[in-house]
Amino acid sequence: MNLLDLSGTLLFIAFIVYLVATLFFGGAIKHTQKDVSTSNKKWGTIAIYITVLGFISNLGYFITRWIYSGHAPISNMFEFSTAFGMFIVGAFILIYFIYRVPSLGVFALPVAIIIIAFASMFPREVSPLIPALKSYWLTIHVITTVIGEAILAISAFAGLVLLLKHVNMKVRSKERFWLEGVMYTLVIVIGFVLATSIFSMAKYEAEFTYVDKEKNAATIVYTMPALFGMNDHKLLTEDRMEPLVDMPPIVNAKKLTTVAWSFIFGTLLYLLLRLILRKPLAEKLQPLVKNANSQLMDEIGYRAVLIGFPVFTLGALIFAMIWAQEAWSRFWGWDPKEVWALITWLFYAAFLHLRLSKGWEGKKSAWLAVIGFAIIMFNFVAVNLIIAGLHSYAG
Amino acid sequence: MANIVCECGHINPIGTHLCAKCGRPLSEEEKSKKIADMRYDGTAIRSKTYKKTFIDHIWNFFSSVKVGVSLIIITLVMAALGTFLPQVMYVSVPLGMTEADVYEEKYGLFGKLYYTLGFSDIYSSPWFQIIVGMLAISIIIASFDRGIPLYKSLKNQRVRRHESFMKRQRIYGEEAMDEVQAAEVFDKAQEKMKALKYKVRREEDVLLAEKGRFARWGPYINHIGLIIFILGVMLRLMPGFYLDKTMWIREGETAAIPGIEGYYIHNNKFIFETYGDSDEKVEASQKAADAINSKAKNYQTDVTLYSDKVDGKSLAGNTDDLEKIKDYSIQVNKPLKYDGFALYQMDFRQNELKSMKFDLVNKKEGKSLGQITVNLDDPAKKYEISKDIYIELKSYYADFSGFEEGVPQSASPIPNNPAFIFTMFTPEVPKGETSFVAIKQTLEPLGTTKYQMKFNSVETRNASNFTVRQDKTLPLLLIGGIIFMIGVTISSYFSHRRIWLQYTKDGRLLLASHVNKNWFGMKKDLDSIVSYAKLPPYIDQVDEDNKKKELDNKEDGDNT
Amino acid sequence: MNKKKRRLAIRSIILAILIAAIAYTVYVTATKDTNQLIKVGDQAPNFVLTDLDGKKHQLADYKGQGVLLNFWGTWCPPCKEEMPALNTAYDEFKNQGVQVISINIAQSDFEVRNFVDNYKLNFPMTIDKTKSVMRTYNVDQLPATFLIDQTGKIKKILTYGITEPEFIAYMESIKP
Repeated sequence: MNLLDLSGTLLFIAFIVYLVATLFFGGAIKHTQKDVSTSNKKWGTIAIYITVLGFISNLGYFITRWIYSGHAPISNMFEFSTAFGMFIVGAFILIYFIYRVPSLGVFALPVAIIIIAFASMFPREVSPLIPALKSYWLTIHVITTVIGEAILAISAFAGLVLLLKHVNMKVRSKERFWLEGVMYTLVIVIGFVLATSIFSMAKYEAEFTYVDKEKNAATIVYTMPALFGMNDHKLLTEDRMEPLVDMPPIVNAKKLTTVAWSFIFGTLLYLLLRLILRKPLAEKLQPLVKNANSQLMDEIGYRAVLIGFPVFTLGALIFAMIWAQEAWSRFWGWDPKEVWALITWLFYAAFLHLRLSKGWEGKKSAWLAVIGFAIIMFNFVAVNLIIAGLHSYAG
Repeated sequence: MANIVCECGHINPIGTHLCAKCGRPLSEEEKSKKIADMRYDGTAIRSKTYKKTFIDHIWNFFSSVKVGVSLIIITLVMAALGTFLPQVMYVSVPLGMTEADVYEEKYGLFGKLYYTLGFSDIYSSPWFQIIVGMLAISIIIASFDRGIPLYKSLKNQRVRRHESFMKRQRIYGEEAMDEVQAAEVFDKAQEKMKALKYKVRREEDVLLAEKGRFARWGPYINHIGLIIFILGVMLRLMPGFYLDKTMWIREGETAAIPGIEGYYIHNNKFIFETYGDSDEKVEASQKAADAINSKAKNYQTDVTLYSDKVDGKSLAGNTDDLEKIKDYSIQVNKPLKYDGFALYQMDFRQNELKSMKFDLVNKKEGKSLGQITVNLDDPAKKYEISKDIYIELKSYYADFSGFEEGVPQSASPIPNNPAFIFTMFTPEVPKGETSFVAIKQTLEPLGTTKYQMKFNSVETRNASNFTVRQDKTLPLLLIGGIIFMIGVTISSYFSHRRIWLQYTKDGRLLLASHVNKNWFGMKKDLDSIVSYAKLPPYIDQVDEDNKKKELDNKEDGDNT
Repeated sequence: MNKKKRRLAIRSIILAILIAAIAYTVYVTATKDTNQLIKVGDQAPNFVLTDLDGKKHQLADYKGQGVLLNFWGTWCPPCKEEMPALNTAYDEFKNQGVQVISINIAQSDFEVRNFVDNYKLNFPMTIDKTKSVMRTYNVDQLPATFLIDQTGKIKKILTYGITEPEFIAYMESIKP
């Protein structure tokens, strides 16, 4: 067994352990009997120790892969996403040891699990670094940023707990709609994982030729049945589906197809869940959080932003600028990824000011935390995969 | 202008919420609240105290946090708009096309609209700059207006507060006890507080313990950092602070560095490596291995830096005795830095022509009389093969672009398409015969020749492109960044904790506490002091509200 | 009352400074003339170059005379067109205290010599092999002609092909 296999195994173990830990956290908050506190504490303690074990295994993955490849495993979409999932768990453990609230685990761990599953849909080969990435700043800048983002993410989970507790799911309202929207989005990500896994298990491949936007001929291999066709495409593989809709050259129809399939699978899964549960997902989750202390959740949400914001500033702006000055000769170039890091930063700055001076606490603050996480995810997924820029090699 | 006189006799400026001396609520708004609003410690925010002139109105506008947050959001939205399509600086415009054409051709109607609305260059638009500028003004003025009164208030704060102030703190507790017991409690509390690193002030029957007041300055410090940073960014627009030049240099050439007086760079060699060049192991599939092997590994230019400075003075063109400073390999991520400027490896061109070899060939027999090499950088007038066999170079066109009125033209000084007019002297034709030679064409303008210059081979070389950068604002930006980080760290990781104790005349011991953030940590401190000194048990008045609500909803509150 | 007036004054000054700073930033970005290091009225930077005959020309040595600097290349059509005119003007003014130094941009000796022979040019011809003088004078467009007066100040910068009457008029203007 070489280091790379070991690394993969450790990641798999971590993944399974996180799943188990989630169940235990569920157990820790589910009791409704009178003298729950000791039983709760026991379940919570077991759950956190399982989580720590999973995290150690996850760190093991990180370190062995680092040793094998010779550079920090944060240089492509798979590595970066996995690191993000790992640090979310790490940030959760940190917050747990300060506040000891198991209900947070019921959200932090599943999100980390989904992110790691999402990560494994991308190519997992170890590839050497291109010249632009060969710098110790890669390690410093990316790891600091990911840790900052992971801590900020915790505030969104605390916000979700607070919202689930306080949004009345029985009455039609904007809040109910958006809260269920958050649940739906999470299911869509699972839909992406499902679609990718199913088609890759079926070994679906269809090759096309097409004309790109620079008017050059090119070929592309779809790994999912083509719903959208590239500009002026021609199917080369036999017995494969012809695209249903043709796209202009600026649209990457392959990526669009992936997105469409994710939505199809995700929506089907969502409808299936609704059918089985006979309730909105958010409503189904409400009993899990009814014992959570709102005041404490509000404080955790705020504290997570307080802890995460300086780390994020340091990693995503200051270290980023120092590296950009070193590599590209200018510390700031309005590259989309840079701009979205700035947007994230401005957003959390607004969050802090609204809270400090305008007294936005409770639900308002919780919604802001959720939106902040959405911006982080947008920068991480959409800007990497959709908007072209200097950072897009990270995909 | 009327000031507010508190019951205790202290005169407070108008707009004050809590009396600076005793803490009694002063404003109607404040009196109606169950819990005191402790932001800025209840001081009057300066701008709100005066409303008169036009200038004051502008001042008040920028002082408002609501305006500040709005400006942040506008900046954020504008920044986001600019990422929908690449900015003009990342778009290459082919000759004969305008930027607008490129956007329309590549992105259709949306692209055209995007360009027309100015989103394609949004970050250097006046609108964006004005918004960021207004944000900077807002940061400065809002900090002034809040920081100064807060500073004064905290500096002058009294130990004794009015009972109503204590009762209206979020954390409050009271208990009746006799004087002897109270004195003992005070002593023990003081002891514990000191152990917890609180600064304790005690006056007879009152006590104030305080820790981490500096945490309150964090926001103002980070605002100072931000302002210094923005100042640095503005400074780069002043002439001489910021240099952004680019230069091409071929292997073997020495050239002056543009914008940097007195320094020259010599290109020794350009190196381009891919992963296939080395024999690093690739264990995945062959397909993956091929992809990796063709992946770029290194772009590097080996250069030598020279200076022409004699006694610190430089004279342009004086290249006779350049002084070598150092050899360096410029790579991506490893710029050459010297004397405040830096050279970055940005681009390269491979296989530019360096020299050409020709054979002097008898057309009929195809026999070569000899070979010459023309150095395209420095062609010679005469190439001698033997005494009576030689070639004279009449004309040389580095980048031959066609004839104009019968005269050959060169489009640039770069040898992209060299052309020559040779006169060949041979024993057979001792008076010489002339031939025009270019790549893929030979003309014989003065009649058919017996001999020809037959192209044999070329030698090539590479050219490197550097960005030359000098940015004198960097230290200022770095200082701004460091100050910002210090401020934001102070305000995020430290909290300002205060505990008040008071023994009232009617025999009750009052406990109140306030912290600007992290109530959880505050309660931990309190718990240890309360249990050690037997202080009255306290309640969190905000939390109790929640509990009541929860009880109303008939739910158990078990504080998970 | 006095206090109020002082406050108003302080506020006005702070606001004025801040708004002026923004206005300046916007103006400079809009006009983009940030790095114009060499401009009319400046002292012409000193330099030294060797001409085709091996003679060194240092600008400082011509103090007290007018100097016309002409940057050019053989691939640039307007540069070639103005050469005969410059040659005529040179012949007319060389004894009136106006010097001409022609500076070719980093081409080979062969090309420049060939050109000088073909056009029968009389004025000193130098080659700026390292582009040092060109970069010192911030030349990015050819032809570029600098007129320097007897005190060594730049009187005019011209970046287009010049005709003979113009050359004569300009040289007249820098005659000591």
